[in-house]
Amino acid sequence: MSAISASEKVDGFTRKSMRKAQKQRKSQGSSQYRTQSAPVELSPLPQLKDAPSTEQQELFTKKLQQCCMLFDFLDSVMDLKSKEIKRATLNELVDYVSTNRGVLVESTYPEITNMICTNIFRTLPPSDNPDFDPEEDEPTLEASWPHVQLVYEFLLRFLENPDFQPSIAKRHIDQKFVLQLLELFDSEDPRERDFLKTILHRIYGKFLGLRAFIRKQINNIFLRFIYETEHFNGVAELLEILGSIINGFALPLKAEHKQFLMKVLIPLHTAKGLALFHAQLAYCVVQFLEKDPTLTEPVIRGLLKFWPKTCSQKEVMFLGEIEEILDVIEPTQFKKIQEPLFKQISKCVANPHFQRALYFWNNEYILSLIEENIDKVLPIMFGSLYRISKEHWNPTIVALVYNVLKTLMEMNCTLFDELTSSYKADRQQEKKKEQERDELWKKLDELRLSNTNLFQNNSRGLPCVQNNNNNNNNNSNNDNQDKSAEAAAVATDNKGPEVKDPDVSVAA
Amino acid sequence: MAGADGDDSLYPIAVLIDELRNEDVQLRLNSIKKLSTIALALGVERTRTELLPFLTDTIYDEDEVLLALAEQLGNFTMLPPLESLATVEETVVRDKAVESLRKISQEHSPVDLEVHFEPLVKRLASGDWFTSRTSACGLFSVCYPRVSSTVKAEIRQHFRTLCSDDTPMVRRAAASKLGEFAKVLELDYVKSDIISLFTALASDEQDSVRLLAVEACVSIATLLPQEDLETLVMPTLRQAAEDKSWRVRYMVADKFSEKAVGPEITKNDLVPAFQNLLKDCEAEVRAAAANKVKEFCENLPEDNREQIIMTHILPCVKELVSDTNQHVKSALASVIMGLSTILGKDNTIEHLLPLFLAQLKDECPEVRLNIISNLDCVNEVIGIRQLSQSLLPAIVELAEDAKWRVRLAIIEYMPLLAGQLGVEFFDEKLNTLCMAWLIDHVYAIREAATCNLMKLVEKFGAEWAQNTIVPKVLGMANDPNYLHRMTTLFCINALSEACGQDITTKQMLPVVLKMSNDQVANVRFNVAKSLQKIGPVLDSNALQTEVKPVLEKLATDTDMDVKYFAQEAISDVKLRSTNQSSAQDRPPLAALQNKVF
Repeated sequence: MSAISASEKVDGFTRKSMRKAQKQRKSQGSSQYRTQSAPVELSPLPQLKDAPSTEQQELFTKKLQQCCMLFDFLDSVMDLKSKEIKRATLNELVDYVSTNRGVLVESTYPEITNMICTNIFRTLPPSDNPDFDPEEDEPTLEASWPHVQLVYEFLLRFLENPDFQPSIAKRHIDQKFVLQLLELFDSEDPRERDFLKTILHRIYGKFLGLRAFIRKQINNIFLRFIYETEHFNGVAELLEILGSIINGFALPLKAEHKQFLMKVLIPLHTAKGLALFHAQLAYCVVQFLEKDPTLTEPVIRGLLKFWPKTCSQKEVMFLGEIEEILDVIEPTQFKKIQEPLFKQISKCVANPHFQRALYFWNNEYILSLIEENIDKVLPIMFGSLYRISKEHWNPTIVALVYNVLKTLMEMNCTLFDELTSSYKADRQQEKKKEQERDELWKKLDELRLSNTNLFQNNSRGLPCVQNNNNNNNNNSNNDNQDKSAEAAAVATDNKGPEVKDPDVSVAA
Repeated sequence: MAGADGDDSLYPIAVLIDELRNEDVQLRLNSIKKLSTIALALGVERTRTELLPFLTDTIYDEDEVLLALAEQLGNFTMLPPLESLATVEETVVRDKAVESLRKISQEHSPVDLEVHFEPLVKRLASGDWFTSRTSACGLFSVCYPRVSSTVKAEIRQHFRTLCSDDTPMVRRAAASKLGEFAKVLELDYVKSDIISLFTALASDEQDSVRLLAVEACVSIATLLPQEDLETLVMPTLRQAAEDKSWRVRYMVADKFSEKAVGPEITKNDLVPAFQNLLKDCEAEVRAAAANKVKEFCENLPEDNREQIIMTHILPCVKELVSDTNQHVKSALASVIMGLSTILGKDNTIEHLLPLFLAQLKDECPEVRLNIISNLDCVNEVIGIRQLSQSLLPAIVELAEDAKWRVRLAIIEYMPLLAGQLGVEFFDEKLNTLCMAWLIDHVYAIREAATCNLMKLVEKFGAEWAQNTIVPKVLGMANDPNYLHRMTTLFCINALSEACGQDITTKQMLPVVLKMSNDQVANVRFNVAKSLQKIGPVLDSNALQTEVKPVLEKLATDTDMDVKYFAQEAISDVKLRSTNQSSAQDRPPLAALQNKVF
């Protein structure tokens, strides 16, 4: 008991920073499932540059084969000598393919791809931290990076070599290869994802036959991410690649691409970790709209459908994206979506905490669009703005809202006056409507009750559903009765002791 | 149904549909949840002709609303809107729609099933977008048993197609329904169709599909006769146990038990496979396998069970005891004690005991706790004495752990330990611990310690309580720390009933009454609460002559909370004295307490 620090004694909870410190100590993982038995010790081969040119090819192949040996990096002292030999060899190979011409003869392709596949394709290890939060936690780094990095480097130089022939390579860099490469984007190690991004981009550029396949598989990864696992580390990287791919789409857009936008990119906005890839996502969306402005309406309706309800951090991102879209929107498209869009903006403005939406009025282009359509926009916005100008607690916001109201008033003075004078009447009208609704439902409930009594056994077709409201009430009562251990532990006692008991300062 | 037909003037469809279309999502959601009421107002005919088309056509809404709709529609026999909902992207909506469709399918007659339901399933199965095809996967098994053989053949064909679908999402859906579908198929088709589908899915390029196939394997294996297992299932299972993806190996470790396959296969295949899983390079897999050690050993064929465990399993288990990963060790600790019943006394003492002792000294408290919580298994076989020397230091260390959750966990095992170790050992070694918890600095621990005392008294009896714990508890009434003084009251609340009238009246009551003069208000109002609580145990004489005057005095206290609780107690005691016959009834205390805090 003596070893426990005083602070730990007091609350018994380990603080997050402490848990984090523990984690960082072992932030390396690797999942090279060893099908091969214990690695054989490597012996160094002669340098490629020293070999006579007739033997160079054979030596190159031998070195590639030597690099197929995998080592356990979780044990940092194991096979040190062989690990060093492999590292040096890989370095030499990288150098060899990037500086020499004429080394990529057809017979080396299978050896090269075999070496690459053996080293990089693996099932990623289970995350060290089951509730890994990419925004907060340190990623687990790949333990075998000293070797894997060089293999990625080699692959990149191989693809970029002027002698590289896609027509030969396509027998090895095929759909299966790409599929495995895409799975690696889930790596927690950002260094690895960065390499993968460049490599996939090169492959997309060089292998025309794989393009549709790559797009479709990315599609699948995103759908799995959105609707099944909610977890994939490489979304931002894949979106970055897509951003440049979309840029190159031919017009008119194929149905496949439009479907990708509506069924994949828009739903991606619902993801929990949107902050990690929102910039890339918004870029892709805007790329699409610049290509084909007629997509504006469905895109904005899609965003409105997935508009965040409780997460203001996300809402700010949505507003940012809307502003980016409005920056490039065509006036005819604006007319199509102004009504639903400004209903949402009106709700955002009315939020007691947060007024990002008001900054739209600082944007010249948006302002000109509003002015053009003031007779539609003003009636939607007026209620919220007027109420905030009267009721909001923050003087800066009130000043901001006054400016916006002033701008709107200058756009159409008569309409503004009309709305001001009818404001009260409109509110009363709303209240009346609400009352009517209450009465309607009361009547319906009575009908249901009398009917349940009459037709006890008639459950088919018209069953009775228990009143949901009642259930909710019961739940909240139960919550009060639940006494969790935590609450009990934290709330040490019922009343403040200091005030009533002068002699307890010695306690605890 | 005359009474149920709607009145047009009262409930025009437009008004009701307006409610379902309201701009406010919350109102829309409320209306959807009362769909049955709306249908009632419209009457059967108009529900079918007017409401149904509306619901089918206007399904473009927020997922939350759609989810409610999908759930509501399970109460109607309305297929078209559910068909649309089954194609929605959002998984929860789709799953709910499928659930409702499955429910409805049971209400269809075989003819209706073929005329209305099965075509719907077929449409979904051949839909363009993957969502409808994934939904279809969940509907085959509910139609299959009740349709004609031609339709059956079609259904099998559809399922086959979906198992090799282009989209991994659909293959995953099919793989996850494979076991369920196999169960409704005729045995011949299981052998001809399901096995080939299973083999294909189990070697899918995506590990997420392969692992679902492993799950299906369990139900498929139970359907097949012994002699077919070796040729039809085992090659795939062997392959899965050595899959390059740890997720698949994890699934094998987690899901597969040898119950399904019989002794020969177990000996030749499963034992080596299980050994490998226990030695897997990923901790997740080892932990899953370690969790299954007991279950696996129990189900081994009895004739050479002991020999298999001793030569094949135990060496791996020994290694796991000193695994580098604490989850593996604690998974093992939660089951390892169970092996003693299987291996018998001698083996347990010679081979298992050293392992138990090692785990009792493990650095991770969870491992030690798991061992202690399963002591009863060992007790039956070798008696706990063998362990007690090592047990004690382990318990003491856990009892003083810096984390209060660990302390809480060990307190909860105390009554169990007391029962296993007997009263003498307990008095000698553990009693001091139990009393020390009463003055823990964390309230949850003091509370648990109080409850623990009550359980101990229930176990060892009132006489034991009078001699060992009551004096100590009452002694704390004079403690300078008011929290400790209150603990005395809490203990009395908990113990009075188990100790009985005599001890309560003669020993506890005087202390409580004396504490009514405490200078801390918290103590005083807890006196009032205690008096109310122990009232039922006291005789009416004590109530009238001793309790009542004190409560009346407290009711005039300067502190409002003290007053409040004193008055509560007085009215309760009065009620009791006027109604002596029901002295055993407990007052509705919970309600009273909640009122204040």
